[in-house]
Amino acid sequence: MRDPGPGVADFGARLSFDRGEPGRRAVDVPSWAAEETPLPDDHLLRDSVRLPELSQGGLVRYYTAMSARNFGIDSGTYPLGSCTMKYNPKVNDTVANLPGLARAHPQAPAEDIQGTLRIQLELALGLGELTGLPNVSFAPAAGAHGELAGVFMVARALEDRGEIETRRRILVPDSAHGTNPATAAMAGFKVTQIPTGADGSLDRATIERELDETVAAVMVTAPNTLGLWENGIEEVAGLIHDAGGYLYGDGANFNAIMGRVRFGDLGFDVVHLNLHKSFSTPHGGGGPGSGPVLCSEELAPYLPTPVVEEGDDGLVRLVAPERSIGRLQQFQGNAAVLIRAYAYMRALGLEGLRAASGQAVLNANYVRALLHGHYDLPYDRPVLHEVVFSGSRQRRELGVRTYDIAKRLIDHGFHPPTVYFPLIVEEALMIEPTESEPPEAIEALVDALISVAEEAESDPDTLHHAPWTAPIGRLDEATAARRPVLRWQEDST
Amino acid sequence: MVSSRSSASPHPYIPATGADRARMLERIGVPDVGALFADLPAAMRDPAIDLPPALPEPDLIALMEEHAGANASPSRPDFLGAGAYRRSIPSITGYLIGRSEFATSYTAYQPEISQGTLQAAFEYQSVVCELTGMDVSNAGLYDVASSTAEACLLAARVTKRRTVALLEPIHPGTAEVVRTYAHGAGLGVDAISSPEEIGDEHACLVAQQPDFLGTIADLEPLAEAAHAVGALFVAVADPFALGLLRPPGDAGADIVTGEGRDLAGPPNYGGPSLGLFAARTKYLRQMPGRIVGRTRELADGNGGGEERTGYVLTLQAREQFIRRERATSNVSTAQALIAVAFTITVQALGPSGMRESAVLCYQRAHDAASRIAALPGYETPDRGPWFQEFLVRGPVPAADLAARLAARGIGAGLDVSARPEPEARDALLFAVTEATPDAHVDALIGALAEIGGEA
Ligand SMILES: Cc1ncc(COP(=O)(O)O)c(C=O)c1O
Repeated sequence: MRDPGPGVADFGARLSFDRGEPGRRAVDVPSWAAEETPLPDDHLLRDSVRLPELSQGGLVRYYTAMSARNFGIDSGTYPLGSCTMKYNPKVNDTVANLPGLARAHPQAPAEDIQGTLRIQLELALGLGELTGLPNVSFAPAAGAHGELAGVFMVARALEDRGEIETRRRILVPDSAHGTNPATAAMAGFKVTQIPTGADGSLDRATIERELDETVAAVMVTAPNTLGLWENGIEEVAGLIHDAGGYLYGDGANFNAIMGRVRFGDLGFDVVHLNLHKSFSTPHGGGGPGSGPVLCSEELAPYLPTPVVEEGDDGLVRLVAPERSIGRLQQFQGNAAVLIRAYAYMRALGLEGLRAASGQAVLNANYVRALLHGHYDLPYDRPVLHEVVFSGSRQRRELGVRTYDIAKRLIDHGFHPPTVYFPLIVEEALMIEPTESEPPEAIEALVDALISVAEEAESDPDTLHHAPWTAPIGRLDEATAARRPVLRWQEDST
Repeated sequence: MVSSRSSASPHPYIPATGADRARMLERIGVPDVGALFADLPAAMRDPAIDLPPALPEPDLIALMEEHAGANASPSRPDFLGAGAYRRSIPSITGYLIGRSEFATSYTAYQPEISQGTLQAAFEYQSVVCELTGMDVSNAGLYDVASSTAEACLLAARVTKRRTVALLEPIHPGTAEVVRTYAHGAGLGVDAISSPEEIGDEHACLVAQQPDFLGTIADLEPLAEAAHAVGALFVAVADPFALGLLRPPGDAGADIVTGEGRDLAGPPNYGGPSLGLFAARTKYLRQMPGRIVGRTRELADGNGGGEERTGYVLTLQAREQFIRRERATSNVSTAQALIAVAFTITVQALGPSGMRESAVLCYQRAHDAASRIAALPGYETPDRGPWFQEFLVRGPVPAADLAARLAARGIGAGLDVSARPEPEARDALLFAVTEATPDAHVDALIGALAEIGGEA
């Protein structure tokens, strides 16, 4: 057998290009039997294209072998903090693949696309209810794209107020996700970092000191990346508004609060949600996602194009808001992801969504209770959807890094938690179990973490070289970055 | 809907039972789940929210079938293109990306258990480089328009110039997204109708291949015009057409963007899409998005000294989670699964299939166009060599022609009659591809003839 299977020999050394044979093919293309039109001039055409030549079965086997070298939610517990790796219901895929929906063309006139648009309208209404911010655009393709929409909207509103020249700063907590400061910079703002207080919330004194007529907005993740509620955020919202700024909400952690508190009631002006997290759509190894942006009445005219609206004639249409920041994608967003999110909302209803947030929070606190004492817990408070432990004691006393702990967890059959984020926690281990893990899975995860902590004392070397059972061992990332090999080349094996 | 879920039973997506919860609450030391939310402001907790009731799975499917039925029939003849083209997608593509090891994983932060995603992304980067004729590719961005906007931002960074030039006719959606991003970044955008209008104030010249009205561009003179004023040349190319057309890299492009959705699966009302982004090596460290690199196991790892080949996310010092406000882009989650689908389709077609399908597409479209042009009262205004899209001017105004086709159960091409190009006056833009059934073309010809007879 020429093709080694997954985990066998040096599977990664041979790409599709190395696996084919000249003359093989995976699909047939019918030939054109009628009269032929001459092709355009040669100087507009290519001679050939280098691509692999595999049989259909060969190609299927190769990708199947690759998939076997991957870990998904369906493979096991995936407590990747900040990412809400909850179960992805299969019915969502079934309905998104209905031909009437999947084969809809993005340029179709409104009357031909009422089913898709009605789904989007009802999802918009539902998200408006759940967030208390009734104005929605589905244009953003992911969370960071939603952030970009929100910050552009703030900039446009400031232009209309004649304050864009003076309000040049956005305040971002030091616990924020990297996309927040990167987004602010893409929109031309300067970032001022706000420290986190001892209780894990924004440092109020710094906020009060920094808030002035140069501040455009404050970007706050709620709940924050420590898994904690931002205490007094509704008062901070008042302070921001008094100073003439806007409160931006990163809603990536909405899973904690679905049905329990609303951004609009708290005074947020604009937020994005990550439907690929809270609304259970598959993460796809890094997308597709969907990052709808939701806002107050004041900012609604600036929403990205398009927004979905029902006319007096009962026809649902996509329209451009009056002072829209413009489009963010050529068409109208990740429609198939929206269908999945809508199916999730309809399968759960309000009671189900409240049960989900309740169980997600209960599960995170269960991890916190069971793991307490085995790792440091810098912010020792009841948490919401996730809990951030620290491996700093293990690092200091045993020379074992969180990196090693994460790798060893793989040998226990788990996907590791998020590590080294948020940046304010040294050697961070950010654990988000989500509501879809049963208690026995959480207990097994905690047992594994405890056994790894014990092993760090008795046999640190085993951790330093972990994982031992994965399809491949630790990789040389330094050389990968220093001498990048980024594509197949004839002689690259 | 007649039934709804009984709220007494636990939800199938949430495994914990009432007994489980009681045990967990006791261990945590709180009386009930509500107590865990004590930090939320009391006055705002548990607000009244109006959502439709939960549905059991069969009712959910029935509801979604009802919604799907409210769209136009997916099997009716339809000639829309204008940025999204119906392609013949091999069955294996949807089947393989349906494997949940791919679909339910996330960004490959732990390469040891993410080799599937990483190796597939490396395959993707390789295929994109081959098709576009470029040195390096990232692992994919959101869509063609946001990719093109990122290319403009890159060009502005490296040239330190503050205006970008878009050559018309370019897709209006692409142009609008470039304007959205440019405005936010404080850059100007000039729409130009000839490469002669480019000047040394421009960071880049952006041109679409084929252009928005379907015409095949000769990219080399465009690249030369851009380079003559020290600007980058950005080609926005349809990767399917590149099975036949000259790779933009060959013609001098510095960056190539494109839309990968059509080769990944059905149109899905435009999304998920897939933004191609490939460039010359010298721009590598300025590129947005994830990049996957090939490497080996560490010698002191556990591979028994074999140092097997593996794949990792690399050059991450560009990215938001390390660089924060100094990152090259804010992109995090993109369209990884769609990139895998795109790659599988391209590799299934292979070197001969890519060319054969592009030629089939070309022949089918040209055959349809000449049959239409032969009908009394119709013309297909000529704008030079074209690939799969053509303008049709009929005996009645464009909107009227579209309405009369719709009345006959046929989706017309996009109405482009408001565009400034003289050939587009009163015209619809029709797309015919390798995936358009003969019967659909026949139905169109019949309908057009009938409409011609009425006029
Ligand atoms: C807190 C937080 N904000 C923003 C993002 C960005 O979202 P996305 O990856 O969908 O762009 C993420 C996840 O990556 C996140 O965890």
